[in-house]
Amino acid sequence: MKFLHLIQMSLSRRRIRTIFTLLCIFIAFLLFGVVMAVRTAFTLGVDIAGLDRLVLINKVTLILPLPISYAQRIQQTPGVETVTHQTWFNGAYQQPTNVLTTIVVEPAPFLAIYPEFKLSAAEVEAWLADRQGAVVGKNLAARYGWKIGDRIPLSSPIWEPKEPWEFNIVGIYDGEASVDKTQFFFRYDYFDENRNENLKGNVGWYIVKIGDKSKALELSRTFDEMFANSGAETKTTTEKGFVESFAKQVGDIGSITVAIASTVLFMFGLVAASTMVQSVRERTSELAVLKTLGFSDIRILLLVLGESLFMTLLGGGLGLAAAWLVVHQGDPTGGLLPVFILPASNIAVGIGLMALMGLVAGALPAVEAMRLRITDALRKT
Amino acid sequence: MNWLKQTIAVMSVNLRTIPSRLGSSAVAIIGIAGVVIVFVSVLSIAAGFAAAMTGSGSADRALILRTGADTELTSGIDGPQIRIIKEAPGVRKEGDGASASAELYVIIDLPKKAIPDSPANVPMRGIEPLGLKVREEVSLIEGRPFQFGTNEVIVGKGAQNQFVGLNVGDTVVSGQNRWTVVGVFQARGGLAETEIWCDVQTLQSVYRRVNSFNSVLMNLESSDSFDTLRNWLESNPQTKNVTVRRESDYYAKQGETMSRLINTLGFGVATLMAVGAVFGAILTMYTAVASRSREIATLRALGFNTLSVVVSVLVESLVLGAIGGVIGAIGAYLAFDGFETSTMNFQSFSQVAFAFRVTPQLFATGLAYALAIGLIGGLLPALRAARLPISRALREL
Repeated sequence: MKFLHLIQMSLSRRRIRTIFTLLCIFIAFLLFGVVMAVRTAFTLGVDIAGLDRLVLINKVTLILPLPISYAQRIQQTPGVETVTHQTWFNGAYQQPTNVLTTIVVEPAPFLAIYPEFKLSAAEVEAWLADRQGAVVGKNLAARYGWKIGDRIPLSSPIWEPKEPWEFNIVGIYDGEASVDKTQFFFRYDYFDENRNENLKGNVGWYIVKIGDKSKALELSRTFDEMFANSGAETKTTTEKGFVESFAKQVGDIGSITVAIASTVLFMFGLVAASTMVQSVRERTSELAVLKTLGFSDIRILLLVLGESLFMTLLGGGLGLAAAWLVVHQGDPTGGLLPVFILPASNIAVGIGLMALMGLVAGALPAVEAMRLRITDALRKT
Repeated sequence: MNWLKQTIAVMSVNLRTIPSRLGSSAVAIIGIAGVVIVFVSVLSIAAGFAAAMTGSGSADRALILRTGADTELTSGIDGPQIRIIKEAPGVRKEGDGASASAELYVIIDLPKKAIPDSPANVPMRGIEPLGLKVREEVSLIEGRPFQFGTNEVIVGKGAQNQFVGLNVGDTVVSGQNRWTVVGVFQARGGLAETEIWCDVQTLQSVYRRVNSFNSVLMNLESSDSFDTLRNWLESNPQTKNVTVRRESDYYAKQGETMSRLINTLGFGVATLMAVGAVFGAILTMYTAVASRSREIATLRALGFNTLSVVVSVLVESLVLGAIGGVIGAIGAYLAFDGFETSTMNFQSFSQVAFAFRVTPQLFATGLAYALAIGLIGGLLPALRAARLPISRALREL
């Protein structure tokens, strides 16, 4: 307890300096948190994408379709649990430029393969009963004020309908923080019946749930060989690999964010370190008095290190908490980042960095203080 | 005048003693330089991207897409309709027909050099024989043009830089198709430089899209004849389902999302960092003032006026800011100007190659930022120096 009191006394020695040092560290970790949330947004979904789900796309490019007849052949392959297909709809709401993430799915297998989209039993039942039913994410519904029972018109330049595309909102899904809650899913049967005649019989891509994820590679090869030399060859990857390669296309956001975060932490770590050096130098005589009173070298070392750690943990902790609050307010770009969260793992890394910063910043002055010779120190003043 | 003399005297003492306070001054300089580096480099991404976008389109060309489609990828126009569109007035003539090219725009997967294990969406454009002539800014820098009716392609120089296997003589394998690269072209840094071009009819047959196109690009007679063209297309019942826009407007719109994203995040990060750097500067200047409180008090006891003390502290802080700003801006320039990379353009769903650009304007903004940080950071400590009671300051230490 005496120890804490000593730390407190030395920090309040120059209040202004302490406050501004704390503010610097606060800002550093606030930035760290926000930048990490941005990084997570760009590697979106990589963490939740499954290794037991395979994605089959057209080998040439994702935007070319695959025949619906493939479903049966995939289903018959041993090791396959469920197979379903999806299609990109490119639906726009209100204005042609306002394109939502609209995906055509088969409700039953879709919900079976993706348990992370949480719907109530009544909502599932309503969806299965209504051909024009659509299920939307909580955040999307909130953005446009949609409620269950609303009728929503969408337009799509790709798919010319026989009648204008209209959907009934039958469910609003929720899910864990890392689940993208801005998507719009609707039924394939309605889609196929209403779309242009010449495009029928094609789907965008297949999702295959397999029983044993260690067989992923083997099954991927089986599928690709199965459809080799056909009109539409396939390329199969795990969903995780698929999402990762998609995220990589945006560019190396990972290293850019890490570069920014390290610059920031280095800069403000330097400020903290220089303050600690300054503050110990000013107190040489006081530390010498403590030693005269019988404080051991180790205790002096711990005292200075403790002071430095206290600063970084307090300032950094508040900074991370502020970052969490900021991130909690939601996407700052107004809908460009589908997921904006601060993962627990990054918070843990942040706390580790605070401790590291405290130790590094305090190391030099702490050792200096420990080596202090009482006679020299007292003579200096 | 006396006032000015005093200020200069105090200031020069301050500035000359900076080296003896090197440690804490260096911290402020590094802090400010760090802010400027991050600020300038992040915004140079946005500037480079915007330059690639605006360099792509000409106001003298019109792009025709299906109504409701805001990208070529989602647009679709049939062959018979293309013939009607090409008869529209307001379009420059080339021989018997219009100076126009009906095009098919698809995406193929190619490995990126930076991440060879993971494919990226590369745009491939089928053009008509006039396609090269319509775009006057395009010129070959290597090889020869492709021959119509064959599987030959030419590649943009950005695409050649960013993706694997796009040199003259290489064969591009895409599904069951084989394409031979025969030339490399440049297009004033525009988006086209990330594309691969081939004969539209070959591409149609390969993709089983016989006589189907995504867009028509036309040369306007003059910049003003755009309205003539638009009115004709709008009033003609056979072209009711297409929309025309200037090519420059189209590309400006294409880059909007990405630019907004980079700018929002860049400014956000830079602002927070600047606030932190202000705190750092305040700390440094407080230390500077504190370590000289006896000198300052002595000066004031000798009759130097308070204002000159305030100004001198502010100037010192500004000088630190300026040094940090210059170091940061030059650092960002050396590290990032011209740095080539590519990203995914969300609107067209395909890769765009571009180079970071540290423009003079960005350079100036970065410096202004640094000076502002120095000024704000110096303000409080300067006031403190002025208010320090002389008797106490002289007793201190």
